[in-house]
Amino acid sequence: MSKTHIKLSATAAKLWFGNKQVLKSVNVAFPQNKITALIGPSGCGKSTLLRCFNRMHDLSADVMIEGDFLLEDQTLYNGKLSATEVRRRIGMVFQQANPFPKSIYDNINYGLQINNIPKDQRPGIIENALKESYIWDEVKDDLQKPATRLSGGQQQRLCIARAVALRPEVILMDEPCSALDPISTAKIEELILRLKKDYTIVIVTHNMQQAQRIADQTIFMYLGEIIESGNTKQIFKKPVNELTKNYVKGHFG
Amino acid sequence: MKLALREKTDQTAKLLFRMTGLMVIAILADIFFMLLWNTVAFFLKVKPWDFISGTQWNPSGNPANYGILPLLVSTSLVTLGAMCIAIPLGIGTASFLSDYAGRKLKSVLKPTIEMLASIPSVAIGFLGIVVLGPGIARITGQSNGLNALNGAALLAIMSLPTIITVAQDALEGVPNAYKEASYSVGANRWQTLLQVTIPAASPGILAAVMLGVGRAMGETMTVLMATGNASAFPKGFFHSVRTMTATIAIEMGEVPYQTTHYYALFAIAAVLFLMTLLVNIVGEHFVNKYRKYQAA
Amino acid sequence: MTKKLTPLIEWGTLLLTTGLVCFFLLAILWDLISKGSSSLSWAFISTSPTDGMTKGGILPAIIGTVLLTLITALIAAPFGICCAIYLNEYAADSWLTRIIRASIRNLAGVPSIIYGLFGLALFVQGLQMGTSLFAAGLTLGLLSMPYIIITTEEALRRVPNSMREAALAVGATQFESIRDVVLPSAVPGMLTGLVLTLSRAAGETAPILFTGVAFYINKPAGYLNQEFMALPYHLYMLSTQHQATEQVRPLAYGTALVLIIVVFFLNLSAFYIRYQHSKHE
Repeated sequence: MSKTHIKLSATAAKLWFGNKQVLKSVNVAFPQNKITALIGPSGCGKSTLLRCFNRMHDLSADVMIEGDFLLEDQTLYNGKLSATEVRRRIGMVFQQANPFPKSIYDNINYGLQINNIPKDQRPGIIENALKESYIWDEVKDDLQKPATRLSGGQQQRLCIARAVALRPEVILMDEPCSALDPISTAKIEELILRLKKDYTIVIVTHNMQQAQRIADQTIFMYLGEIIESGNTKQIFKKPVNELTKNYVKGHFG
Repeated sequence: MKLALREKTDQTAKLLFRMTGLMVIAILADIFFMLLWNTVAFFLKVKPWDFISGTQWNPSGNPANYGILPLLVSTSLVTLGAMCIAIPLGIGTASFLSDYAGRKLKSVLKPTIEMLASIPSVAIGFLGIVVLGPGIARITGQSNGLNALNGAALLAIMSLPTIITVAQDALEGVPNAYKEASYSVGANRWQTLLQVTIPAASPGILAAVMLGVGRAMGETMTVLMATGNASAFPKGFFHSVRTMTATIAIEMGEVPYQTTHYYALFAIAAVLFLMTLLVNIVGEHFVNKYRKYQAA
Repeated sequence: MTKKLTPLIEWGTLLLTTGLVCFFLLAILWDLISKGSSSLSWAFISTSPTDGMTKGGILPAIIGTVLLTLITALIAAPFGICCAIYLNEYAADSWLTRIIRASIRNLAGVPSIIYGLFGLALFVQGLQMGTSLFAAGLTLGLLSMPYIIITTEEALRRVPNSMREAALAVGATQFESIRDVVLPSAVPGMLTGLVLTLSRAAGETAPILFTGVAFYINKPAGYLNQEFMALPYHLYMLSTQHQATEQVRPLAYGTALVLIIVVFFLNLSAFYIRYQHSKHE
């Protein structure tokens, strides 16, 4: 396998909310064990694109999706994979930390339980996931505490632990730090960088510095289209497209 | 394979939930067809026109008379009386709650109104017999006070909570900017209420009134106990009346199954059903109109 | 002088209307409590009526009302909750959904006596259940269902979407996300609505008039296929149908007071649940 083994991809992806086309024939590929940042001004369709990959649009009635979405060589829609299976293999961390109104332990246990992970393995997996997410030391003494009593940054790391515990192949992150203070943000960025060795990560971000700090590859989207993609350094230092240049220099968005 | 089972459960559950949704339509349709079926059976024996225009309800007479007019007029009279009392009181209270009362007062008044709403109709009817009836009798010099006025007053109490709640929602939904604009041209609170807030909330208030009317028209026990139930053509508020609901309640227990009289009671119910349906649809129309206005 | 007086009159008018509404409640309660409390005793709520119902207690009516309310809950709650789940979690905004919603609102507006007729035609006669506790329970269950749907949907709507997404994102099916995450969060709201609906059902008389309620039964209540006594009907009967209504007035007052206590108890539990829940948020 070459260095740029493609883990997740979309070809000619189009999406409509009712009559409004939000994605206009998007082609993307996310290499394995790399972090890809999706950037672009609000409303450019980056979160919408991200949510296509774990079929989060399934519940909205007036959404229509076209195109080929592939995990390895398996198609995500209308193929052998069910939505449930897709979501289990492609985890997601949301913009607002959304722990269940349960204990810290049960927050992670829930996913293991419904996915039939044997009972005796669960405590170990939970501990491991919390360690991997750099929150173990802060919560190990009180795993039965309601998760909603954690701080915002802790909640978000718990949500990452919840995703990681299921050993997904890809983790999608939708502006995971937008609601956090700089210290929590730094912790989470460090965490994301460490997760890279085991997972393929796609992160939507508004924060140019963040993209430059963590992403290997960056994709710039504008009005539902991909304007430019390439390695992060190139996108920020030597953008080819005029729009990209303006955006990364902070002229709009 | 465990996953396949989980997904099967998911599909089955979805189907089950949808079926309960369809069942709701089926229930309403069932009620409608039950009324229609029995009404048609009635109209095979009695001409619709005789039913609608007949001024006498006397099923046990010879010949039997099945004129719905006295019942219809009774129901209308009692409902009208109830609204004459309940609308001013309801709008006044709703205005007080939305524009004058402070948080603390509101937190006391809200449960009070909810408690009033929860009193069973039979208990209100009972008080009509033992308290309001004798009271009315003393004033009018009649032998008892079981008449249209008594029923109207009690129905007013019963429909007040509905009217207050819906009207208050409507008044509180009026954008503050409207009120501020009114204050800024020198209007005081009272003028603002009468000339700006209430007109702006009028669709919602109309909806409140409609829902109150629907509640009053369909109420059974209160009028059954408090209005005396004389089957003569109603002569006014100080006379005993017999509403459509009361007639069904009194006579259904005694009629043999599938006789003309039995079908006649279903025909009354069908008319009542259509009337409440109409009132509710009109009410809903106003609520929707009001929502649109709010969104704009 | 007039300038100072007018606002006072205006304010007074509104205060008067509000005061009247409160007065109604207080007058009702005062009358029932002052005249009914002397009839209340342990014997009154623990014995059956005797001497042609001119003496004795109202135990069978209390048991009948409690059982009837339970059956109502057992019928209306599962169907109502399932329907609310369908509307809030599954249904798209289609013409079918709009018809379902319109049906629910119209069902909520159908007069209770018409439910009584429907119960008579369908359960008592059509399905041959006869006048019975079960037929009356089914009838009241149908009447209560639209309210349960409306209150449950309201409770479900308050569960944030992020909770559903969180469950789906760890591989839960939609049903699992509803069962494990959405419903537990909505329970307090659903319970409040259920209890308020039941307090209404407990006081209903018209729907049970022809479907199963009886003047008097000398056997202990509790058989689904038999007629039963109920508090609201007992009150109606004592105050209008009894051959000596004046003589049994104290009993009627006592019955009314017990009925009001049952209904208010249910209401207060609903308020309590709501209060406890709002404190947690």
